[in-house]
Amino acid sequence: MSAAGTYAPAPGRAPLRVVIGRQIRMELLLTVRRGEAVVLAMGVPLLVLLGAGLTHATNVPGNDRLGFVVPGVLALTVLSTAFTGQAITTGYERSYGVLKRLGASPLTRPGLLAAKTTAILCLVGVQLVALALVGIAVGWRPEVSRLLPALGITVLATAAYCGLALLLASLLKPETTTAAATLIYVLLLAAGGIMFAAPDLGTAGWFILPLAAHAQALRDTLTDGADIPGSIWLSLSLWAVISLAAAARRFRWE
Amino acid sequence: MAAIEVRGLRKAYGAHQAVAGIDLSIAAGEVFALLGPNGAGKTTTVEVLEGHRRRDSGDVRVLGIDPAAGGRAWRARIGIVLQATNDLADLRVGETVRHVAGFFPDPRPADQVMAQVGLADQARSRVGTLSGGQRRRLDVALGIVGRPEVLFLDEPTTGFDPEARRQFWQLIRAEAAEGTTIVLTTHYLDEAEALADRLAVIADGVIVAEGTPATLGGRATAEATVTWHGPDGPHCEKHADPTALLKRLAAEDADLRTLTVTRPTLEDTYLTLIGQSR
Repeated sequence: MSAAGTYAPAPGRAPLRVVIGRQIRMELLLTVRRGEAVVLAMGVPLLVLLGAGLTHATNVPGNDRLGFVVPGVLALTVLSTAFTGQAITTGYERSYGVLKRLGASPLTRPGLLAAKTTAILCLVGVQLVALALVGIAVGWRPEVSRLLPALGITVLATAAYCGLALLLASLLKPETTTAAATLIYVLLLAAGGIMFAAPDLGTAGWFILPLAAHAQALRDTLTDGADIPGSIWLSLSLWAVISLAAAARRFRWE
Repeated sequence: MAAIEVRGLRKAYGAHQAVAGIDLSIAAGEVFALLGPNGAGKTTTVEVLEGHRRRDSGDVRVLGIDPAAGGRAWRARIGIVLQATNDLADLRVGETVRHVAGFFPDPRPADQVMAQVGLADQARSRVGTLSGGQRRRLDVALGIVGRPEVLFLDEPTTGFDPEARRQFWQLIRAEAAEGTTIVLTTHYLDEAEALADRLAVIADGVIVAEGTPATLGGRATAEATVTWHGPDGPHCEKHADPTALLKRLAAEDADLRTLTVTRPTLEDTYLTLIGQSR
């Protein structure tokens, strides 16, 4: 240990982006080690894709079943990973002291949040590609002309869900967070837009049901090759901005 | 320059004043213990020093920098040993140490640190399979892997069995021997006595006494209690200077096998100080 006065840090050996990069790898490694959670996160969307997409178990508008269901399943996966999974994991990490430990380290709190967000985006990306491939394998034929807006709206939805997840994990005990996050997931799934049509609430519906809005946006771009309605852009942008701002204010590290 | 300077630190949680004006000065290389009952403000004080908690008012400098403004470079000079946590259960010991080492610009080699804390054989074990004592040794490893100049420990041996506690003390003494400034909170008086160069007793958010373990609260100059069994039964007398009494007893040919001469223990002193503050 060098004596005081001769301490010569070498920050070049640990620049922030390298440290964040390592933390991202660690987050993904932990996710893989808890593989059962990932399987569960993919399991329901996969079941919905195959069940609602290939059978006539539910009433789907129009005659392109897969064209309706697959984008919905993609939206559902984003909700499942970026909201439900994230809320539960963060809730337990907070109660176990992980966040406190990492936030107090040279990683710093903003570094930790950046690493977690990027890790979630990577995970969501992998899951969406996998499910899209399954969809294509069973007959879905996506339009790629509007891939960019589809990605854009998905990033907004991911950001909105992450903010809500962090908020929930901050306010409630981990067990309550788990219950609440799961309940919200089930309610949004039941409200429709995934396996069957969402209730026709007009434009207001896109603001109340972000999952249905996201699903519709993916349908518009990937199945129909059309543009996303402005109201859906607005809805998901508002959800993202408000939820991230609220999370930034209320988030507790322990 | 002192490693840690605190002037007038205040922190309230809502209506409860957790820290009500504290002054501290901790020299570099010193082992400083903060003693106090639960709720006295020890943890809050240390969390402010670590930069984890914002204070309401007061001047705080750790290594010359205000913890509230401390950036990455400052954080790399600090080490924190957290209380037992259940995190990282799925990671292996070696992975965890190497990962945290990667946060610091000049870390100790992971293998060296693990050997130092006695976890060399557990390098490939999952953290969730470690015993409580091993978990805490891992916590120490993570605290010292970055070669900190200041190490913070908050009630580090709570729940330890005596053997684990002694081993832990050895680790801390080794770290102190390297010149690290160590700030530790505890409510174990034997721990404070074993480790600290200086200590302060905090109660209800204020410091009620400060000194070395030998001189805290005027302990060294307090009255000695002399007890012995005479032919007419047990005796107990208090004297500031028992020399005259002892000479008299020796001359009287009293049964000295029953003689005890004690000064107040640190515990007695501590309890007196705490009691006085109420």
